[in-house]
This record gives sequence, C-alpha cells and structure tokens, in this order.
Amino acid sequence: MAQVSSIADEQTSTPVSSSKSITLRISRYNPKHDESSQFMEFSVPYEKWTTVLEAILEVKKHFDHSVAVRYSCRQATCGSCGMMINGKPRLACFTKISELNSNVITVEPMNNFPIIRDLAVKFERLFDSHHKIKPYLIRDDSELESDEREFLQSPKEVEQYIQFANCIKCGLCNSACPTMATDSSFVGPQALAQAYRYVADSRDKGKDTRLKIIDESHGIWRCHFAGSCSQVCPKGVDPAMGIQLLRGYLLGFRS
Amino acid sequence: MTSDEHKEGIRGMANPSRYGIERVAYLLMRLSGLGLLAYFVAHIYETSNILRGQVGWDEFLELTQTTEGHIFLTVVIGMCVFHTVNGVRVMLGHGGVGVGKPTRPDYPYDPASQNYRHKIGIYSAIVLAAAAMMYGLAVMFGE
Repeated sequence: MAQVSSIADEQTSTPVSSSKSITLRISRYNPKHDESSQFMEFSVPYEKWTTVLEAILEVKKHFDHSVAVRYSCRQATCGSCGMMINGKPRLACFTKISELNSNVITVEPMNNFPIIRDLAVKFERLFDSHHKIKPYLIRDDSELESDEREFLQSPKEVEQYIQFANCIKCGLCNSACPTMATDSSFVGPQALAQAYRYVADSRDKGKDTRLKIIDESHGIWRCHFAGSCSQVCPKGVDPAMGIQLLRGYLLGFRS
Repeated sequence: MTSDEHKEGIRGMANPSRYGIERVAYLLMRLSGLGLLAYFVAHIYETSNILRGQVGWDEFLELTQTTEGHIFLTVVIGMCVFHTVNGVRVMLGHGGVGVGKPTRPDYPYDPASQNYRHKIGIYSAIVLAAAAMMYGLAVMFGE
C-alpha cells in the first residue's frame, strides 16, 4: 500500500510556497477488512510553524481524503488529536514538524486504545475509567440554597489540585503507561490523577469513597512509578505525582 | 494488528528508549526482580543439597567456583544492589516523598515528579551496583 505522493505534482488550488518538505508516513488500518496496518507515504511541504496535524490535513485535502483522524480545536485544548508521532504519544496540533528534527514523520494511532480506523481510536475505556472515580465534587450540601454563596477556597487550597484540573482527557498518559501496555483492566494514570484532583480539593468530601474505588487489584497499586505518563502530558498535569500523592493517603503518609 | 485492544504488550512495556532514565530504571527493576526470584529458587535448590551430606554439598558448591559461576554470582550481586537501592527510591516515591508539590504548571511543563532527586537515586543505584559487581569480581577472581 506504500506510496509516495507530492503536493508539487498535484493540481492544487492552494499556493505552496515552502521549499522544505518532509515525508509523512501515515498508518492505515481498518479493523473491518484489514489484517494489519500499512503505511502510506506523502511528501508534504512545511514551514517553521507547521504542525503535524496541519500536515495530515494537507494530505487529506490534496491526496487522500479517506485518512481518518480526529481533531477539533487545533490548540491543545480539546484533547482529540492524540497519536503516536515518531514513536511517542503527542498531540498532533501541539507538535511542530520543525521541532521533531527529522525528515520523516511517522504517525500511528495511540497505543493501548482500540483502533476505529487509521489514526482515530476509541475513548470509551478512558471515559469509563474517568467516570468510575467520580470526577465531581461529592458533599451533602452540593446544591446551593438561595441565600448561600459559592464554596470559598484559599489560593493555597486551590494550588493543591489546580494542576490536575488541566487534564484534557487526551489519553496520551494512558498510551505511554507501561502497565496499560499489558493490563487491560488497569484504571490508568488519567483516572488516577483525576482521583487525586478531587481528593485534594478542600470542597470535596468523597475521599474515602474514591480511595475505596482505586484500592483494588487493578487500581492504584499497579502503578510502578515509571513516570512516562508525566513526560508525555501536553498540559503539565504530572499524573505520576498525583498518583504517588494519592497513594500517600492509602499508605497513611497523608491525611 | 493482533488485538482489538491495540495494546503495546510486553515489547512496548520493556522498550526503555523513549521515556528517559526513569523508564530504564523501570525495566532494570523488573529484570533484576525476576533475576533475583530465579536466583532465590535456585538458591533453595542449592542449599537443599545439604541433605546429601558433606560430599553432596561440596560437589554442588564447586559449580560456583568456576569462571561461569563467578560471573553468575557477580550478576546476582549487581541485581541485588540495584534492586535494593532503586527499591528504596521507588518506595519513598510511592509514599509521595520527593515527588514535588502540586503547583500551577508553566510551559514547557517539566514534570516535577521526574526531578533531580529521583534521577540521582537512579544513577546512584546503577553506580553502586556497578561498584559492588567490580568488588565481587575482584574478590572472586583475585584469589
């Protein structure tokens, strides 16, 4: 299936001004009728600011509109365009071609996620795990009465969890995690980091409930602190830190 | 594509090349743990030879007095030291010790949990294991 196409050879309405180009290798796979994935290669011009997502969209526009890729915001906010780029999980919209220092860019679907087609993967398990840890404030008086005000917090209390509230559910951490690579039932770094986010929130009263949920054989104890999740997080969430701090509650180091 | 889940599998789990020294330490921890488990089983078998009396015991012990036996024991020393030192680092980390404090992250988002304390811990484990192995080699081959 491998082929090399070039925008310069195509009849296109888009002016291409760049003299630089890279070879973009895109993994193609449709579980419905393909036995294995194959790579298609395209020669794509780029500028200093061109992102991998833009290069993929160039391919869709000029060569093969059937390439399946999920994207939306193009600014690392929606968490839709996670994929393996040159072997590491990254957001395609947040990764510039120029920063990869390679003439060949290989894009593949994220590991540890079932493939829908080509670069698009299923997020059901990630969302199920996220939902499982009750990602919302738990307290008896969560409904405000008319004469009440919002729950106040000091800046110090906010700092305890705000970093973990940056999670965009892109799934890169789960894709990089070595435990997720072999254990389908592991709750995963994304959900565990979010469990910490709510446990550390001074407004929340659901600590015991959440700790009970993650204190199981495929829960927090399957994390071995490899730290890969934190290295690939595009929002600085640092799930490895959250998981270890969360484990501190279970081990009695924190209260 | 062998699985609907598209899991990386053991090959991906054991690939240390993509995520820095922390992932190397993760792999070495697994390998040394499995190696020490195998040594533990072999050690029980070895010591059970005492039931064959003094002659049987001496015969079996001679296996470790060869060049291969010395190299094997040197590797065991290295695994033991690395697993111990790195294990202390990991246990402290598991309790939330030395993993940094939550804060508002700034770009480029260097993860606080992958800080210099843990990197020093990993390199210390590797250096101490290497030093112990060299000492072991000197003792066993220096007769």
